[in-house]
Amino acid sequence: VLVKIALTVNGTAITRDVEGRQNLVDVLRYDLGFTGSHIGCEHGVCGACTVRVDGTPIRGCLMLAAQADGCRVETIEGVAESGAIAALQRAFRAKNALQCGFCTPGMLLTAQALLERNPDPDPVAIREAIGGNYCRCTGYHAIVQAILGAARGRSAKAPEAAPSDGAYIGRSVVRPQTARLVAGRGTYTDDVAVSRLLHAAFVRSPHAHARIARIDTAEAAALPGVVAVVTGREMAAHCEPWVGVLKNYVGMKSAPQYPLAVDKAVWQGEPVVAVVAESRALAEDGCARVRVTWEPLPPVVDAEAALAPGSPVIHPELGDNLVLETRIKSGDVDAAFKTADAVYRETFDTGRHTVVSLEPRVVLADYDPADLTLTVYHSGQAPYMLHDILSRHLRIPEHRVRVINKDVGGSFGLKIHTYPDEIATCALAVMLGRAVKFLADRVESFQTDIHSRDHRVTAEVAVKRDGTILGMRLDDLAPVGPFSMYPRSSVVESGQVLRTTPGPYRFRDYDARGRVVFQNKTPMSQYRAVGHPVAALVMEAMVDRVARELGLDPVEVRRRNLLTTDMYPYTAPTGLFFEKLSHEESLDAVLDLAGYQALCAERDRLRARGVYRGLGLCVFIDLTVPGAQTYGTGGARISSQDGTTIRLEPTGKLTVLSSVTEQGQGTDTILAQVAAATVGVPIDDVRVVTGDTMVTPYGGGTWGSRGAGIGGEATIHTGKALKENILKVAAVVLEVDALDLDVRGGQIVDARTGESRLPLSELGRVAYFRPDQLPKDFQSELTVTRHYVPRHQPLAYTNGVQLSYVEVDVDTGFVKLLGHWVAEDCGRMINPMLVDEQVRGGVAHGIGDALFEHCVYDEQGQLLTTTMMDYLVPMAVELPDIGVAHVETPTAYSEGGFKGAGEGGVAGAPGAVLNAVNDALSPFKARVTRVPMTPEVILRALNKL
Amino acid sequence: MKPAPFEYHRPASLAETFDLLDRYGDDGRILAGGQSLVPALNLRLATPRAVIDINRVPGLDAIRVTPEGLVIGALVRQEALERSPLVREHAPLVAAAVPHVGHSAIRARGTIGGSLALADPAAELPACMVALGATIRAGSRAGRRDVAAADFFRGIYTTALAPGEIVTEVVVPRAAPGWRWGFEELARRHGDFALAGLAAGVQAGRGAAGGEPSEYGIAGRGAAGGEPSDVLVESRLVFFGVGPRPMRGRRAEAALAGQRADAAALAAAGRALDGDLDPPGDVHGSPALRRHLARVLLARVVGRLVEACS
Repeated sequence: VLVKIALTVNGTAITRDVEGRQNLVDVLRYDLGFTGSHIGCEHGVCGACTVRVDGTPIRGCLMLAAQADGCRVETIEGVAESGAIAALQRAFRAKNALQCGFCTPGMLLTAQALLERNPDPDPVAIREAIGGNYCRCTGYHAIVQAILGAARGRSAKAPEAAPSDGAYIGRSVVRPQTARLVAGRGTYTDDVAVSRLLHAAFVRSPHAHARIARIDTAEAAALPGVVAVVTGREMAAHCEPWVGVLKNYVGMKSAPQYPLAVDKAVWQGEPVVAVVAESRALAEDGCARVRVTWEPLPPVVDAEAALAPGSPVIHPELGDNLVLETRIKSGDVDAAFKTADAVYRETFDTGRHTVVSLEPRVVLADYDPADLTLTVYHSGQAPYMLHDILSRHLRIPEHRVRVINKDVGGSFGLKIHTYPDEIATCALAVMLGRAVKFLADRVESFQTDIHSRDHRVTAEVAVKRDGTILGMRLDDLAPVGPFSMYPRSSVVESGQVLRTTPGPYRFRDYDARGRVVFQNKTPMSQYRAVGHPVAALVMEAMVDRVARELGLDPVEVRRRNLLTTDMYPYTAPTGLFFEKLSHEESLDAVLDLAGYQALCAERDRLRARGVYRGLGLCVFIDLTVPGAQTYGTGGARISSQDGTTIRLEPTGKLTVLSSVTEQGQGTDTILAQVAAATVGVPIDDVRVVTGDTMVTPYGGGTWGSRGAGIGGEATIHTGKALKENILKVAAVVLEVDALDLDVRGGQIVDARTGESRLPLSELGRVAYFRPDQLPKDFQSELTVTRHYVPRHQPLAYTNGVQLSYVEVDVDTGFVKLLGHWVAEDCGRMINPMLVDEQVRGGVAHGIGDALFEHCVYDEQGQLLTTTMMDYLVPMAVELPDIGVAHVETPTAYSEGGFKGAGEGGVAGAPGAVLNAVNDALSPFKARVTRVPMTPEVILRALNKL
Repeated sequence: MKPAPFEYHRPASLAETFDLLDRYGDDGRILAGGQSLVPALNLRLATPRAVIDINRVPGLDAIRVTPEGLVIGALVRQEALERSPLVREHAPLVAAAVPHVGHSAIRARGTIGGSLALADPAAELPACMVALGATIRAGSRAGRRDVAAADFFRGIYTTALAPGEIVTEVVVPRAAPGWRWGFEELARRHGDFALAGLAAGVQAGRGAAGGEPSEYGIAGRGAAGGEPSDVLVESRLVFFGVGPRPMRGRRAEAALAGQRADAAALAAAGRALDGDLDPPGDVHGSPALRRHLARVLLARVVGRLVEACS
């Protein structure tokens, strides 16, 4: 039954027939085309769908469209076009208060309403006002600063938009892309319009482990609007299964995985039947009519139990539930423990976390049976990886596949994996010869996005009385769900825990065992800072334990054990290679930035009055810029090399095509900076295109903090080559030696005097339109491609130190974060503002790990945290201001000297917060060894429950 | 997820609303602010045949002061409560509680009637109404029926509303002199449902120790004579998030009556509270945690109120 509504949207009167069940944001987006309002949760927690109704910001997902009859609705498009939020937009861009931009429309509308009722809010009022708007990228610090700036009519110290000297590298250039995003003009995959689009929804297993006895699809198939109902067995005929094994991990095993479960489901949420219909709602109506007869099997939930004799085996053909066992041994650990003055042992549990990018996973696949081509719009990070997988598993020739990443609303490692529902959607497009879209809803996201960081680590250190660490034993148990994810596997995280735990320290006697285990929970795999948050937490908690037990200063104990600047290059006992790190400088920098001595004094003063504050340090290393051997040696077809094409346009502008991708980090901006600086043009003359496998050079995409170190380096090489070619043309046109010329500010200039000789627009005109004026034996080459892969070291390690300052309410177990500081060294910085914001956003993820986030299961393997009300991600009110300082140690192995900055923020934060909490609890001789540190965990440590 | 199909009705009067309730019975759901119902629809946790949107029913959105007290219409939005000078003056407990309800975009839609009729055991406003001795007024074709808040909340999402009835308004009695009200909750994040919360009122100060308590504190018998002190004459402690409905801490109240609210008395009241509460556990906290937090809240809120009185 349709309801007729008449409303004004952004000042325009609109009459529409809507279904009662349609909510306002769906009608605005899908019926009226106002795609600036986004959908993040559909249960009122995230605020991405915020619109103003009769002047008041409301949740567009919690108001039926029928209720808006007679109302005045304003969306981001309206307020952007009217100029009403111009000051906020400017401030958001200047402060880089947005990364992926998915939350930004809702954030801006909320901020606008705040400033209308309170023109001069303080940071506390701002954090409270935006406290219901979820941002996974920024950590909110920059957003608060931007709103403050807009309120006070100044964007305090606006970064230079375009430095006039052309030296763009090292400058905080404002991201050009954000102009679209603050106007609600982003195009995320769900915003893409194609003809005759169908929608997929999935019947998912309600059981953690169960046999599928029977599937009855008749009633669903008969529902008007339902186009197809497809079971796992039917789909298997159209799609090759995959096995997530990397062959460089000797002995590793996993089982074939299908896009839809065949015969048996192995985690709650595994897709079982696909329903394709004219709308998402109809597809869900169809799902409700599919009858699956289940025969539940005993679930394997606990990791220890999974390895115990007699445990049910998830994949009987594999013999047991062990994915992989690894051992790393170096030096003589037994001797170290024998000669030690003291030995400390601790077991840590790190909770299962998940990514919760605000834009869920989404794929729109369009198959053209006439042209035999598959075009896939995908919210992803690695388009060529998906391209290769689709080609092989759906048996479509590689040149007939195209993968396009439009704007991506956050990814963080979530969107580099092969998800069965996404592959199923592509297969459905091929089967039906139609365009089919699948957008994960938030419950599906929690049940099927990769989880990570579920580890039980037992660590034991041997120390001398002065705090010198002699050796360490480590045992890691990591349950990873029922499959190893494809194609990157699920064993890398445990491997990183083993390899990076000794991290910044000098000791060489080390013995570590890691066991990766199957269980009936959502698959785990790589998520931002893979393994490092666990490793750093374990190591740094042990260092603090040593300091406390021996009555030593935690700073001093670190100084006694850290690798020093004279020790590089250094090969660690775990085999890691460190070209050059800056632990001591970074430690000094963070203590200085935070005013550590004063904080210690304040903590001690307050402690005497019964206020329990704590300070926690965490020294970390972080893997970036994965080199030539990455993944390929394991048999995975993921490119470790990347390419940049730069085309000089006839008017002298540059079009840059890169195989690294952009999800909000600002990769496209740093590539523009590098291209502009290297070729010698104003940055406004550069446009960067990424994320289209039919357009860009071949490459790996953006993950593992590789955008700057690989994409940036490839762009330097390309820019230099193009410049050389430009100068060859100029030399011919001007009849001078190319060595006497240079390109600066978009002009050919005299290299010596800087005097302008020829604008690039004139050079382009001649080269493209009047080649007849050039010598017969001369061919201009003004489109250049170069590729780059790091060959000189397997990984470019970075480092840093974090400091957390907390107050623990010892009655309630609640932790208040008072401040967080980071000194980080990502090598040479291209854009310090973007590095700051990567760090801050990463810290926010790490704080979530430490205090809030947890995928909780019951004993039957049922996930209990399936909404954003139950899986708690800290938001603006919970998070502190985050100070960032930089140390720059460029790598000498590349021209740019760039390493990566995307993950270090996460790596050190959980350890810092854990140590701060334990410092606060130290007067009670209590300590916590598990995250998240919920009130329950803290009160139990205090023996109050 | 998208809601399952339903019929949408927007009655223009109470009479029309009652007709629709008659027609659909249990298959019809009243839509007020929608901040709890619409998520449940979106998640297909609620799949009613009809949604009856009462937002355009006139006369339900006023806040006014009458001889019986502060009368708040069922469709008064939480945001309006938050900004109302009348609420601040006559029901300061409500004014203190409302900012804890979700976030401003939620309060802009959420209504007091919806919150009471839903009876989420972790919600703030039901607890406030029990603490204040409010009367919840239900309307139906048969007419109007008043239910004391203490009798209204029956269990998780269960109220005394009969089929065909809706909440039309709530009456908060005039505050008796000498009472002070306090509100605190412990939520993991700003705007989240609380792990535990307390809406409390105390009458203290000039009371003689052992003064006879009176239901709802309307009569001020304890106020007769005596020097200003920190002796508690009477208190009203209503906890939320720690039971199936707003939980009155009667044993704790009794333990406090006539006592000086010092650490020992508060601790004794906390022990007595164990007999009042049997909290459930969930993914956010165990029964033991909730019990503990309720005791902490008792000590903090009552301690603070007594301090303010003396």
